[in-house]
Amino acid sequence: MASAQEAAEAAARSDVRNRWLLSAPALLIIFFAAVGPLFIMLAYSFMAKGDYGDVKFGQFSLDGWFSVLFERDIFDDTLSLADANLSVFWRSLKLSVMTTAVTLFLGFPTAYFIATRPPEKRETWLFLITIPFWTNLLIRTFAMQEVIRNEGILNSVLLALGVIDRPIQIMFTDTAILFGMVYVYLPLMVLPLYAAMDKLDFRLVEAGYDLYATRFRVLWRIIIPLVKPGIIAGSILVFVPSLGAYVIPRVLGGGKNMMLGNYIELQFGQGRNWPLGAAISITLMAVVMVALLFYVRSATRGEAGREG
Amino acid sequence: MKRIVTALAAAMTVALGGSAWADGQLNLYNWGNYTNPELIKKFEKEYNVKVTVTDYDSNDTALAKVRAGGHGFDLVVPSANYVQIWVKEGLIAEARPDQMENFKNVDERWVNVPWDPGRHYTVPWQWGLTGIIVDTSLYKGDINTSSIFLDPPKELVGKINVAPEMNDVLYATIKYLGGDWCTDDREFLKKVRDKLVEAKPKWIAMDYGTIEKFASRDYGAAYYWNGAALRAREQNPNVKFGYPKEGFPFFMDSVALLKDAKNPENAKLFMNFIMDPQNAALISAFAKYANGIKGSEQYMPEDMKGAPELVVPEEFQKSGAFLESCSPEVHDLYTRIWTDLLK
Repeated sequence: MASAQEAAEAAARSDVRNRWLLSAPALLIIFFAAVGPLFIMLAYSFMAKGDYGDVKFGQFSLDGWFSVLFERDIFDDTLSLADANLSVFWRSLKLSVMTTAVTLFLGFPTAYFIATRPPEKRETWLFLITIPFWTNLLIRTFAMQEVIRNEGILNSVLLALGVIDRPIQIMFTDTAILFGMVYVYLPLMVLPLYAAMDKLDFRLVEAGYDLYATRFRVLWRIIIPLVKPGIIAGSILVFVPSLGAYVIPRVLGGGKNMMLGNYIELQFGQGRNWPLGAAISITLMAVVMVALLFYVRSATRGEAGREG
Repeated sequence: MKRIVTALAAAMTVALGGSAWADGQLNLYNWGNYTNPELIKKFEKEYNVKVTVTDYDSNDTALAKVRAGGHGFDLVVPSANYVQIWVKEGLIAEARPDQMENFKNVDERWVNVPWDPGRHYTVPWQWGLTGIIVDTSLYKGDINTSSIFLDPPKELVGKINVAPEMNDVLYATIKYLGGDWCTDDREFLKKVRDKLVEAKPKWIAMDYGTIEKFASRDYGAAYYWNGAALRAREQNPNVKFGYPKEGFPFFMDSVALLKDAKNPENAKLFMNFIMDPQNAALISAFAKYANGIKGSEQYMPEDMKGAPELVVPEEFQKSGAFLESCSPEVHDLYTRIWTDLLK
C-alpha cells in the first residue's frame, strides 16, 4: 500500500514540476521583460547621479527620492517642498482628470447612440470609431495642431463667420493639450462604454418609464448603474495614458507647459539627473496603481451593493 | 517567367537590405533637419557605401543614447562644449583628422580650438550663433539686444519662442545682467532666475521647429540659431536677425568617430570627404550655417553669399563667445534654475 501512495506522491510531484516547466517560458518573459526593467529603475533611483548623466554605480544615495518631494533652495539652502515637481505633477493630474471627464461626457452619448442603433448598423458605427487608430499618434497630434493654431482651420472658420475678430490663442496652452488628449483618447472611452451598453437590457429602461420615472431618473438610477463597469474601464483606459502623455504636450504645449512625461525626459536629458527621473517614474506608477485600486474597490463595492 | 523571378529576387534584395550593392555601410547620428540629403547621395555614389542618418534633438539625448550602447552609430556631431565630455567619457575615438588628406582645407581659425586642440578627434561640421529673430512687420525697434526676449516690447509679448537650450538661454541672460559665464555667485544667479521666470509668461513657446512657424506667422520673435533665421527669412521676407550686443553664444558642431563604431573606415572616409570645400558647401547649402572649410564659399548658393544672418558685423564680433563646459557643481545650479523656469 505504501508503495502505491509513494507512487501517487511522485506522480503529483512530477505533475507540479511539469507545470512549472511548462509555464517557465512565460514566467521568464514576464520576469525579464516586465519586472526586470522596473527593478533597474528602482535601483537607479537609489544611486548617486553621474556628472554628465547616467548614475554612479554602487554609490548609494537618497538624493533622487529626496528631490521628488523636497528641494534645497538654490540660493539660501533652506529646505522646502519641491515646488517645480509639484506644479508639474498637479498640471498632469488636473489635465488627466479633465480629459477623463470630457471624454466621458462626449463618449457616453456616443456609445448610447451606437448601442441603440439596429444591430446591423452598429458594426458600421463602431468601425467609424476605430478609424483614428489607423493613424500614428504623432501624426494625429500634428493634425490637431493644424486645426487649432492661430491661422488654422478652427480660427479661420470662426473669423470668416465673424464670431471672433482676432484669432484665439489656443496653441501652446494647457487648453491645447486638453484638446489633443480628448481627441486622441476619446475612442478608448467609447469602446468599453459601448461594450457595457450593448449588454444593457432595454426592457429595464422601458419598465422605468412605465413606472413614471423621468428621463433623468432613468439615466441616473437605471442606465448609469448598469453600465458602471464600462464607465470605470473607460476612465482607466483614458486616465492612465493621459497621466503619462509625452508627445501631445510636447507638440501642442510648445515645451513650456510640461507634463510628467516631459519632466521625466528632461531629467534623463538636459537635466542630467537620472536618479530623480527614475524616482519620479516610480512615483508616477505608484499614483496610477493607487488610482486603479481605488477604481477597482469602488467597482466591487457597487456590485456587492446590488447583490445584497 | 524568368524575368518575373529576377525582378522578384531584385525586389527581395532591396527589401532585405540595400547593402547588397554597397561596399559597406555608414550610420550617421546627427541633429534633426541638419544633414543635406544631396551630400549623403554624393558620398554614397562616390564610395559605394549605404548611409543611414538618424536624428537627435539635443546633445544630452545623443550622449545618453550612445552611452547606453547597442546604438550601431559610427559618427556623431556634438557641439563644442560637449566634445570634451565625449572624450572624458571615453565615447569617441582619436580619428586623427589632422592627418587626413583634406585637412589642409580647414580654416586656421578652427584648427586649434579649445575643445579639441589640433583637431585629433573632430572635423568641423557647421558653426553659427544663437541670436534674435524678429518679424519686423510686428516690431520696428532695435533688435540687436537680448531684451527682445528678456524684456519684450509689448508688440511681441505672447509671440516669442525661446530655444529650449539651457546653456544658450542662461548665457544670454547672464550676459544681459552683466555677469560671467560659469559664475556661481548665488546672489547674481538669483537675479538671473528671477529675470527668466518674469519673462517666461511673455513667451509663447520653448520649442524647436521655428522656421515654419515664422512662415505661418505663429511666432513674432525668437531666441534661436542664425541659420534657422536665414531659412525663415526665405519663407517670410519680414524676418530679420539681430546680434544681442550684451553677449551671445557661438556654437560649432563637429563630427566625431565613436569608439564602438562598426564601420570606422567608412566613417573616416566621410570625415575626409566633408573637409573638401565642395562638399562642405553642400552641408551649408542645406542648413544655412557657415562651415569652417576654406574655399567653400565659392560653391555656396547665391542666397548665402553675404547673407546678414551669416556675416557677423564688425561691431558685434566681440559680443560673441564660445561656451565652455562649466564644472558639474555649477551645471547643477544652472539645471535647477532651468527646472525652476520650465516647471
